[in-house]
Order: sequence, then structure tokens, then C-alpha cells
Amino acid sequence: MIRTFYFILEKEFKQMMRSKGLIRMLIMMPIIQLILLPMAANYSIKNISLAVVDNDHSEYSRTLVHKITSSGYFKLTAYTKNTKEAFKEIEKDNADLILEIPHNFEKNLVRENGQKVSVQINAIEGVKAGLSGGYLANIINDFNSEIRTRWIQPQGPDEAAIVSIAPINWYNRYMNYYLFIVPGILVTLITGIGMLQTAFNMVKEKEIGTIEQINVTPVKKQAFILGKLVPYFVLSALVFIIGQVVSFLFYNIHSTGSYFTVFVSMCAFLFALQGFGLLLSTYAENQQQAMSLGFFFMNILNMMSGLYTSIDSMPMWAKVMTGSFPLSHFIRVMRMVMLKGSSITEVGDHLLIMVGLGLVFNTWAVLNYHKRS
Amino acid sequence: MITLNNITKTYGKEKTMAVDDISFSVNKGEIFGLIGPDGAGKSSIFRMLTTLLVPDSGTAVVNGFDVVKDYKQIRNSIGYMPGRFSLYQDLTIEENLNFFATVFNTTVEENYHLIKDIYIQIEPFKNRRAGKLSGGMKQKLALCCALIHKPEVLFLDEPTTGVDVVSRKEFWDMLKNLKKMGLTIMVSTPYMDEAALCDRIALIQLGKILSINTPEKLVAGYGETLYTVTGGNMYQLLNLLRSYAPTESCFAFGDSLHLTLKKGTSKQIATAFLEQQGFNKVIIQETTPGIEDCFIKLLKSN
Repeated sequence: MIRTFYFILEKEFKQMMRSKGLIRMLIMMPIIQLILLPMAANYSIKNISLAVVDNDHSEYSRTLVHKITSSGYFKLTAYTKNTKEAFKEIEKDNADLILEIPHNFEKNLVRENGQKVSVQINAIEGVKAGLSGGYLANIINDFNSEIRTRWIQPQGPDEAAIVSIAPINWYNRYMNYYLFIVPGILVTLITGIGMLQTAFNMVKEKEIGTIEQINVTPVKKQAFILGKLVPYFVLSALVFIIGQVVSFLFYNIHSTGSYFTVFVSMCAFLFALQGFGLLLSTYAENQQQAMSLGFFFMNILNMMSGLYTSIDSMPMWAKVMTGSFPLSHFIRVMRMVMLKGSSITEVGDHLLIMVGLGLVFNTWAVLNYHKRS
Repeated sequence: MITLNNITKTYGKEKTMAVDDISFSVNKGEIFGLIGPDGAGKSSIFRMLTTLLVPDSGTAVVNGFDVVKDYKQIRNSIGYMPGRFSLYQDLTIEENLNFFATVFNTTVEENYHLIKDIYIQIEPFKNRRAGKLSGGMKQKLALCCALIHKPEVLFLDEPTTGVDVVSRKEFWDMLKNLKKMGLTIMVSTPYMDEAALCDRIALIQLGKILSINTPEKLVAGYGETLYTVTGGNMYQLLNLLRSYAPTESCFAFGDSLHLTLKKGTSKQIATAFLEQQGFNKVIIQETTPGIEDCFIKLLKSN
């Protein structure tokens, strides 16, 4: 039995290693993605094109525009005479935002102690629109308080009471975006290997017909299936380790918590993930079907596992669903351990769930794999 | 050695009949041939006997074991070569052989005597990957792998399909040697010339057995005089003879026609008829029927 299993493993490793092109791809592609994606896929919105309609041409209006452009988020792409022209800029996609400063802006501000400016936002890209509007509002507020303090000569400390906020960002002090996104991306990258390759590897036997030959042997299906899991487990783990090194070298990310915990969690994650891959393979007749199924689930996992959007803000049904995704648990664990320094007992719940999911998926796959039809 | 009792197998929701209430048995130490066109149900029979497929009804016993209840024992005592080459193309000859020996809990050395004659032919290429072998070599390797655990019954599903004539002949010589070693061999083939090499054959069509007999008795039981017709445009001749009232049957056979005539019509009468129709060079000769002729006759009478 042990000897048979050893030979099955030997066969699997040989087959994997002989497909040199595949191995090279499976190792190189995630690394390239890990280097490129976090730099490109950035949340912070920059280079917002701004069109200004200044009907006032006063000192104040110029100060305001200057203040906005010097914030670093906006670039002034048009300075038009009227709203109509500015709107054309939006239509031509040259501007994302129009700021209109009315006539007598300065005069009304000084005399009547208030003035309205109009902001029009191109809302085609929802997130960008929301954030840029927010940025602009902040800057205008800032401008507001600046001129207020200029007018009201402070006579005592209590004269202009303002509540000011001094936030502290725990675990990610400078809100370093990479710290947040890189471990998550690494997890999705090894998902590709762990889930898809495991499924393809199994389906390949069906497609080539070798499964027929295996099925007439007395080999235990458990041994055969386990033999299918191990090589891609090793490969996924290898890519994971390389990925950690790359994150350190390129983004200076190192785990606050212990790497041992990270690694143990990865094992639990791969166990569940590969079980899911196997399960897919038992339902797919050929590699094309396995590929389609795989991509279907990859998309769902990537979009719903809390990598890009917060799970807490999802509807209830989606929250329940994500609970059954090994990916969402592992991404959470990765962030907890790497950013927060959580210990293995603190992430214990997630570990147990992943192991549980692994048991369910693998058992299901073994039961669904029939040596007879 | 192999017994089938009323085995039936249907596929899918439409209950497409693949094997229709078949019963026959194969004796120990014989080469038994399943002869029939594609889709006759040969592979389904193989897959049921090798425990890969569970029959809808009926029972089958292989080497004393029931194919449904004792499938585990059967797997240890049979060798199976599926119709499609199904060894690992990315492993070498040697690795494939070692692997299949191991999964059967044995070693190549232990049963080397069984495969020796076949293996020495492919041994010079033992480090070549199976995917890079020629059709004939692949087939020899597959046979070695099916034999390596010393099975008592060998199931070969269309082993010579897509293999050149020389390799096919070599392959049948190997089967004869294996028979001498005491193996029971069940083989299927769509080639009628190979049917004559079996001890007994079952002609099968649309999931039903038309006849089971030795090739000699099958041919001897043809019961009619068979003629070959040569000379002249074959297509026109065929159409003419089929419309000719005294013709019993007429079909193309290679570059000639095979013809049987109704009682009371001699070849002279037929020749005269053809000459009258303008076919002057036609020669009609008596010939001994082959298995294909018997098969076609059986198909017609069914």
C-alpha cells in the first residue's frame, strides 16, 4: 500500500516536472503578476481632470483653484468661460469634474458671509466619482476654514472652537495600500494553481483515457486522488514562499505575526482549495469543461472574498456565501497575521473552518469519483 | 472462464440499447473473438466484464467472480487493453511498465517471463516516452502493461485498430503464444480477416449476437454457392445484378462482386444474361465464402 502510493507520487511528480513549460509558467506568471498588479490596481484616485469655470476672476477664486490643483489629486485640464463649454470637456472625456465659481464669489463671501460654488461630476466610474467629489469637498472645506480664521481675529483661545480629528491608523499606520493588497493578491495567485491545476490534472486522466486503465487496477481511489493532490500542493506552497520573498523585496512587506502561522494557514487553505478543485474535476468531462467551471468560480472567489471590497458591506446572502469560500478565510487570516500580528489561536476559527471545508470538499470529491459507472 | 447471462445495458435517458440480452460463455484457454461493426456493443461488453460498467440486468462471471459483487477480485485477475491507447504518454516505456506492475502490487522481474517475448521488441526504446512511439510499439507496450500482473483472462478491445498489417500479424502471433501459456483471451475486432484467427467467434450487431461458432464451422454453414464477379464497370454491374431477378444477394467485395443466386440459376445463365446486357468480359467464378460473407448473410436474414 505504502509502496503503491510512493509510486503514484513518483509518477505524478515525474509528469509534472516533465511539463517544463507549464512549471515555468506556473512559477513565473504569479511572480510577474505580484510585481505588476499591486502597482497598477491602486485604490487611491489620482490625476482627476478638472475643468474650472471661473466667473469671478478674483483673488479668492484664484486661491481656491490654486489650492485644489496643488493638492496633487487634481490636474487642471480646462479653464473655460461658461458652463456649456466646460460640459463639452466632460463629453469629450477631457474632464471628470467641473467646478463653477459664480459671479461676485469674493464679494458675496466677504459681504454676505456665504457663497455657493457648483460642482458637477462625471459619474460613469462610480468609485472615482464618489472619491473625487469627496476630495474636492474636503479641499473646499479647508479653504473655508482658512478664510474664516483670516477674518475672525482670534481674541482668545475659545473664540473659534473647532472639533478637529486626529486619526490613528492601527496596523497600517500610513495606510500603505500595498500592505493591504499584496498579501491578498498573493492568495488569489496561488488559488489559480491550487484549484485549477489540481482540477486539470485529474481531468487530463479522463480526457486521455488513462483513468480507464487505472480503474481496472486494484488501486484505492483515495490513494490515487491523494497522489494527485500532493504535487500541486508542493508547487503552490513554493509559489507562496517565493511570493512572500517578492513582497518583501519589492514592497518591503514582512509579516508582523509569525511566518509559521502564515504557513500553517496556507496548508489548511490549500487542503480546502485543492479539495474544491478535485470536486470540480469529478463533474467535468474534459479540460475545457474544467476550465470553464474553474473560471466561473475564480471570478466569484476573486470578487467576493474580500480582496477588493469589504465583506462587511455585502448583503446578507453574500456574507453567508463567502463563509464557504476558503479564499475569504485565508485572505482574512493573511491580513490578520501579517498586518496585525495575530497569533495562531486568534485565527483559529478561520483555520478550523478551512480544514472543515477541506474535509467536506475532499470527501465529496472522493465519493463522487467512481471507478465504475 | 467467462459467462454472461442475459446481460443488458442501455445508455442515457432515452435508454439507447447498447447490449441487448446477451448470453454466451468463453472456455478456459481459448481465443474468443467479438466481431462486429462500430457501435455493435463490443466495447460495452468489455467494459462490463472488466467491472468498469455495471450492467442494467443480467449476471456475468469472470474467472469465478461476479462482475458486480466481486469486482475487486476480478480486477486482480484480469488484464485489460482499452480500445484507445491509454497509457501515460509523458512517461517512458519502462516507467509505464514499472508503474502498472506496482499498482498491481507486483514487480516487472516477477512476471518478466510472461512479457519477455514482447518486451524485447520494444526494449531498445525503453527510455522513450510512450507518446513518441509508433502505433505498433504502443500496442506492444499496452499488451505488456496488461500482462505484467499475470492475469488469467485478457480483454483486448480492438487492439489492432489503426495498426499496420505487419504489426497486426505480429500481434496475433503474440496472442497465440499467450494462449499456449494458458491465458484466456477475449478480443474484439472490426476486421473479418482477424476473425479467422480466433478459436471461436461471436458475430454481433446492434447489441445482439447473431451467431457463435468456430470460424471453420461458420464458413461451412454458409450453405450456398458463392461467386465472384470480375470485369467491367463494377458500379454498373452491381446495380444490374441487384435488379436481376434470380439474384439472391450481391455486394461489393474489394475489387470484385460477391454474388449468390437463387436456386435453379447457374452461373452460365447469369453470364449469358450479363453478355446480353453488353458486359462481354465478365467472369463469374465459384469461391469459398469468408467470414464477412457469413456476416453479411446473417445480417440480411435478421
